[in-house]
Amino acid sequence: METQSLLVKQQNSKTIVKSPSLWKQTYLRLKKNKMAMVSLFFLMFMFLLSFIGPYFSPYILDRTDVANMNQPPSASHWLGTDNYGRDILTRLMMAGQISLTIGIAAMFLSILIGSLLGAISGFYRGIVDLVIMRLADILMSIPGLPLLLMMGAILSEWKVPAEYRLYLIMIMLSFVGWPGLARLVRGQILSLKEQPFMQATEVLGLSDRRKIFHHLIPNTVPILLVVATLNVAGSILSESALSYLGLGVVPPTPSWGNMMDAANNFMDFRKRPWLWIPPGTAIFLTVVSINLLGDGLRDALDPKLRR
Amino acid sequence: MKQYVLQRFLQMIVILFGTSFIIFFLFAILPGDFIDSNISLTPQRAQELKSLYGLDQPILHRYLNWLGNALHGDFGYSLKHQEKVLSLLNKYVWNSFFVAIFALILTWSIALLTGVLSAIKQYSWFDGAVTFLVFAAMSFPSFFISLLFIKWFGVDLQILPIGGMIETGSENTGVSYLLEVGKHMILPVTILTLLSVGSLTRYFRTGMLEVIRLDYIRTARAKGLKERVVIFKHALKNAILPAITLLAFELPGLFSGAIIMEQIFNWPGVGRIQLESVSFRDYPVLMAFTMFLSCLTIIGNFLADVTYAAVDPRIRLR
Repeated sequence: METQSLLVKQQNSKTIVKSPSLWKQTYLRLKKNKMAMVSLFFLMFMFLLSFIGPYFSPYILDRTDVANMNQPPSASHWLGTDNYGRDILTRLMMAGQISLTIGIAAMFLSILIGSLLGAISGFYRGIVDLVIMRLADILMSIPGLPLLLMMGAILSEWKVPAEYRLYLIMIMLSFVGWPGLARLVRGQILSLKEQPFMQATEVLGLSDRRKIFHHLIPNTVPILLVVATLNVAGSILSESALSYLGLGVVPPTPSWGNMMDAANNFMDFRKRPWLWIPPGTAIFLTVVSINLLGDGLRDALDPKLRR
Repeated sequence: MKQYVLQRFLQMIVILFGTSFIIFFLFAILPGDFIDSNISLTPQRAQELKSLYGLDQPILHRYLNWLGNALHGDFGYSLKHQEKVLSLLNKYVWNSFFVAIFALILTWSIALLTGVLSAIKQYSWFDGAVTFLVFAAMSFPSFFISLLFIKWFGVDLQILPIGGMIETGSENTGVSYLLEVGKHMILPVTILTLLSVGSLTRYFRTGMLEVIRLDYIRTARAKGLKERVVIFKHALKNAILPAITLLAFELPGLFSGAIIMEQIFNWPGVGRIQLESVSFRDYPVLMAFTMFLSCLTIIGNFLADVTYAAVDPRIRLR
């Protein structure tokens, strides 16, 4: 009798322990959000298309084909061909690799710089805080696109080869992106620092480095996750605008933005919409999906904020 | 309150100087200038021109020099247009301003209306449609939507002009001139509105949702007030209060010109001047304009903080 009740107790405690983790709960909540799930699947599709799709394409990137110039979409060229007879779909997929990679890499860099500087300035306060935050203020008050344009112009001035330019674009985008993130992380750290678990780390005599990297920054991950997602969307948009203006990724490297450059030629713009509508649509759909996913994540991570 | 404003004001001055120095410094270290990129000059002549424009002195010296002139309203000379920067910008900035101000008024009216309505009818089909449209509007690359609109309305339907501010060679004056400019403005204003209406609608929607859950709204309803009175008289005021600060943030946007939109629509605004000065390395123009916008941003932030403190006493106590 007694053993039985003990067993029940044990089972009970087991079920308590088994309550799903934060991430599992988030995932379950996210699964209920139809728009976010559709976006997630679309993004996966976009990634597969961009990174694996080219291997299934019968056409070789940058292979010109004079006999098939400016063909409208057909059975052999699903999205038509461009002025050099290159297959648009193949280029679109390769451009997707570039644009998605730049978006994600720029996000990681911004997060790295932003959360590090934000954490340091929120943790140490004082003069360090003052310097970092004023720097962030100043960078945030310089309008973003002109700043990027200027940096793009410098790259052209230095005659940076096309294949290195995309790395510099990532750095440029993160240079513009970190101040907002630093402010956000700093705000989070300031409120986290007042919580009892930080007193505990004080009592345990942990080093500052351990406090920051093992106790403070991990607690900002949920909010960072949301901001990071939205940041990817912003980076993809900025990169495409820069490339469209000829100051971002430059041909022959394809990107969704510089493929849209075809629209700058009035004949192509009027008569050959297959040259510029597919890349524009790809940017739009990708960015919309990322935004919807980010919004879904925000709701899922913090049910209190659910609106 | 006085102390808060004063403190915030001093902070603003510091940031203004810091920003202007950083911008000046960035421009000073830019490789290549108008003189270097002109290959027809002999080295000797290039050197002469450099000393004429004071380009051969140390940066701090040049900055102080520039600052002194700028405080007297002299922002230098456009090397490409051979015109004073101030008068050059003055010529084009208003073209941008009028598009921006119309777009601003439209954006705020639409966002306020749809935001509040979709908050009141949360989870209705209307709310769903608005949410979806908001995300679509926030995600369109500006150049793509501009091009699509030109294609639809300018090329396919041919009901609106495809670009420019007036017809080529037009000599209309008076009312017909205004009508002509107005017709050319429809697409640019629509695009700018579309691009900014999304986030603002969301802002009003969340603001309204937060307010209608508060206790005093329940009290108002319990008193037996009509739903219309509860929403528009009691809730709306509190919901749009924080938005006043957002209006201050719009300040730089009114004058900045929309670089991409102006480029695509061939609109003779200040955004195109910016892009042009980037490609011609006409740094005095670009620098003066970047400074101008940064100053407006900083002043906008200051106004936002001060108005917020004025309408919400809780802020001052920090």
